Amino acid sequence: MCTTCGCGTGQTLIGGYALKQRKASGGQVQYRVPEHSAHAHGQDSIDFGSGPAGAHAPDLTQTRMVKIERDILSKNDGYAKENRDHFAAHGIFALNLVSSPGSGKTTLLVKSISALNGSVPLVVIEGDQQTDNDAARIRATGAPALQINTGKGCHLDAHMVGQAMQQLGLQDDSLLLIENVGNLVCPASFDLGEAHKVAILSVTEGEDKPFKYPDMFRASDLMLLNKCDLLPYLEFDADLAVENARKVNPNIQVIRISATSGEGMNEWLEWIRVGCEKAVKEKACDE
Amino acid sequence: MHEMSLAEGIVQLVEDAAHADGCTRVKAVWLEIGQLAAVEKEALRFCFDAVTRDGIVEGARLEIVETAGQAWCSKCECNVVVTALYEACPICGNYQIQVTGGNEMRVKEFEVE
Repeated sequence: MCTTCGCGTGQTLIGGYALKQRKASGGQVQYRVPEHSAHAHGQDSIDFGSGPAGAHAPDLTQTRMVKIERDILSKNDGYAKENRDHFAAHGIFALNLVSSPGSGKTTLLVKSISALNGSVPLVVIEGDQQTDNDAARIRATGAPALQINTGKGCHLDAHMVGQAMQQLGLQDDSLLLIENVGNLVCPASFDLGEAHKVAILSVTEGEDKPFKYPDMFRASDLMLLNKCDLLPYLEFDADLAVENARKVNPNIQVIRISATSGEGMNEWLEWIRVGCEKAVKEKACDE
Repeated sequence: MHEMSLAEGIVQLVEDAAHADGCTRVKAVWLEIGQLAAVEKEALRFCFDAVTRDGIVEGARLEIVETAGQAWCSKCECNVVVTALYEACPICGNYQIQVTGGNEMRVKEFEVE
């Protein structure tokens, strides 16, 4: 287990069942001879032959360099591409909701699902280290939800989501909401195949969160500034928070929202609807 | 960040390539990590040592080549060096910069016996 962030894959559960084995990676393998094998041969040396490295001095171990030039996240990115291709072929609009714990993601989802009121078929994938609580809250709205427990892991990866998608059986032209593990660090690097990452920052946090966790705000296309109904009671400078987010990511869109008062909900739901329509239209174009 | 997952990814990539090639011992692994990739090198080394145990990569040396963060400033119309994602252009102070390099995380190559 990682002492930095608790990552590890051994305890991942999807809907209570263990994660299936991952497939081996393919890819081209090339070689080059290590520099030190280019030694001059002594006159007395006996050539023990041609090892695969071409390092043929007797005292040298037959080391060689294997060049692989692969991105460390290439496996995840491969699974993410499979997911993205599936979404594109079926007109599914997928969102990856990321934030720190306690920003109000689940409440926002519950309220959004109620407000959408069946206008779009949708399913939810919930990611948490432990417990089925969030999926249960979503199911209470009537929407299908599957819980992924990451065990010691601190983020969802594309392979977990791919398996969850199979279990859920996604409808064509639907909306998939993925609530990632509450963590502003690790989920930034793991593409799940989503159309957009949506970062949720609540006004009970600090305005400097985008500076403290710049990777996440850079990776996101939309920031929901949540719990805005609390602004009168706090010293939080909402304009500064937005300005900071735009310094990290000049292109980030921002919606000020409150799941409790309903402020900004229409704008957010409209943003979702536009995305869903676009996904359906693009599927039709590909057909 | 998630150095254990990264370390597992590295070892998987190396082991798969090493098995495909029939080698039995990996002596060193070379990585290229960008300064903007948000990878804590020391944490990665620690995790690498932990996940390589009992495999063909056990005891391998981890060599990390760091690459500088680079960005394109649309105002200055030139490439600039940045050390963090939230930095402004060091020439004009503008935040409208596009990161163009220094966020890579790659396994370059490894040395086998």
